[in-house]
Amino acid sequence: MSLARKRVHYAGRRLAQAVPIVLGIVVMNFLLLQLAPGDAADVLAGEAGSATPEYMAMLRERFGLDQPVWLQLLIYVKNILSLDLGFSFRHNMPVLELIMERLWPTLLLMGATLLLSVGVGILLGLLAAARVNTWRDTFISVLAIISYATPLFWVGLMLIVVFSLKFDWLPATGMESVAMFYEGWDRVVDIARHLVLPAITLSLFYLALYTRLMRAAMLEQYGMDYVVTARAKGVTEQRITFKHVVRNAVLPVVTMAGIQVGSLLGGSVVVESVFGWPGLGLLAFQSLFARDFNLLLGIFFLSACLVILVNLLVDLLYTFLDPRIEMK
Amino acid sequence: MKEFWKRFSRNKGAVIGLLVLSLVVILAITAGFIFPGDPFQSVGKPFEPPFGEFLFGTDTLGRDVAAGIVHGARTSLLIGLIATVLAVGVATIIGGFAGYYGGWIDDILMRITEFFQTIPSFIFALVLVAILSAQIENIVFAIAAVTWPPITRLVRGEFMAMRNREFVQACVVLGMNDLLIIFREILPNTLSPIIVTGSLMVATAILIESALAFLGLGDPNVMSWGFMIGAGRTFLRTAWWLCAIPGIAILLTVLAINLVGEGLNDALNPRLRNQ
Repeated sequence: MSLARKRVHYAGRRLAQAVPIVLGIVVMNFLLLQLAPGDAADVLAGEAGSATPEYMAMLRERFGLDQPVWLQLLIYVKNILSLDLGFSFRHNMPVLELIMERLWPTLLLMGATLLLSVGVGILLGLLAAARVNTWRDTFISVLAIISYATPLFWVGLMLIVVFSLKFDWLPATGMESVAMFYEGWDRVVDIARHLVLPAITLSLFYLALYTRLMRAAMLEQYGMDYVVTARAKGVTEQRITFKHVVRNAVLPVVTMAGIQVGSLLGGSVVVESVFGWPGLGLLAFQSLFARDFNLLLGIFFLSACLVILVNLLVDLLYTFLDPRIEMK
Repeated sequence: MKEFWKRFSRNKGAVIGLLVLSLVVILAITAGFIFPGDPFQSVGKPFEPPFGEFLFGTDTLGRDVAAGIVHGARTSLLIGLIATVLAVGVATIIGGFAGYYGGWIDDILMRITEFFQTIPSFIFALVLVAILSAQIENIVFAIAAVTWPPITRLVRGEFMAMRNREFVQACVVLGMNDLLIIFREILPNTLSPIIVTGSLMVATAILIESALAFLGLGDPNVMSWGFMIGAGRTFLRTAWWLCAIPGIAILLTVLAINLVGEGLNDALNPRLRNQ
């Protein structure tokens, strides 16, 4: 079988294996949310100030909340299978539409974070490992250890204090200056300016992790036989580092980055709520308190799909980076 | 033991970490003596800057920030420690069985573990706390519920490696009970990586707890650092130190635990270090 066909087969099998996992997550979350005190009708009635029992019953009937749990679950799973994620009572629009609207800010934030943390992490790890046990190595390692221990939300707040409040260089909240009606390039620049602080905040922890991982992987590779051979052949140190060692050391960093996409989504809840970034994380957080369970379930469903998809992509990327790895 | 200390103290960072951590632990234990009474009680004018009448100033409602920090240390350490013990306990049982028995038991247990790893952990913790209500035991449960999978994989790997060692095979041949082999024979031999991971997990648990409290899902009856940052957040412009000080407390504690964890790693796995 050709390699390309092998890859397609592999991807297909992995996706097929993922279906029961995703369905399991949907069912578990659905049942979990049934345990929550209060439902959509309670929240709506609470907001209206008061509500008659008849009105509450009517609301429940409209949302299908008066059905037995197993029937609700069955209907929900059936709908999910046809990609119908239900209706968000809070936002008065279909969940899928709402999620798609909020998906791209989150993808933008996550993409920028991944690029920043993997890129800078690899660079710093390389710089540290190339001159191990010098002041440069120590400095980078100490910086990484401190960043690794800093709570995300606190970094965000402190960046706001310095760069938004004291110096007024960068905006502190939102994704764009809506009131300015920017278009074209101006809008891109505006969004990029809003992106700087949240992306730095979210990437700091991961950046520290990848720096340490890259440094350790580089040091491990330097001790390998093939490096000794290359040196014996008279290959320059620079060539050894960039042609041989870096390529091998990048592998564990890429794996780790793939594994952490789920955790990145969790981190985005915190960062999005600090910076008022209108993404999925903020939406999940708000829907939790509004008891907008259809929406919350939809976000869970989508993020599980996202995690599985990214893990698959990482595994495929792996086979490009290291052709020795077999697709089992 | 002496050998252990020698190896531990060779790591300077670990010694500094241990000193800082000891200080935090002492503050947490003596919180009731240093700042008797309720840390939620207001004691002076609001928004007093630090290093005046009160060491760290007062917050929006005139509560003593220093008292909050000391009482918060107790909350953070307690939640971090108990959640970790819980997670490590579950992970040891599941990972131990999966690694020891292999086959279909391993398959099922690992599928379950992977299942939980697919759910974004922080969002899951948020949902658990919101559903179970924000009480300290529920927060501990939620943190343990999202931190056990990676430890389980580690324990499983260790058990799998031990499974075919001669001393284990000897026990099997002798007809020893499986449970006895798992907990009396293999577990003590895999303890050092478990302890190291566990110590790092305490730091993670503290970070999760502070993020939960920051988002308003902390126990409202217990003072915590995350809550203090969340409460001071609206006054960032006028009183930035209300957020800065508890954040530094979290940073120092988590940093100290990580450093101690690395020192433990050096001391317990000397072979790894000498490679």
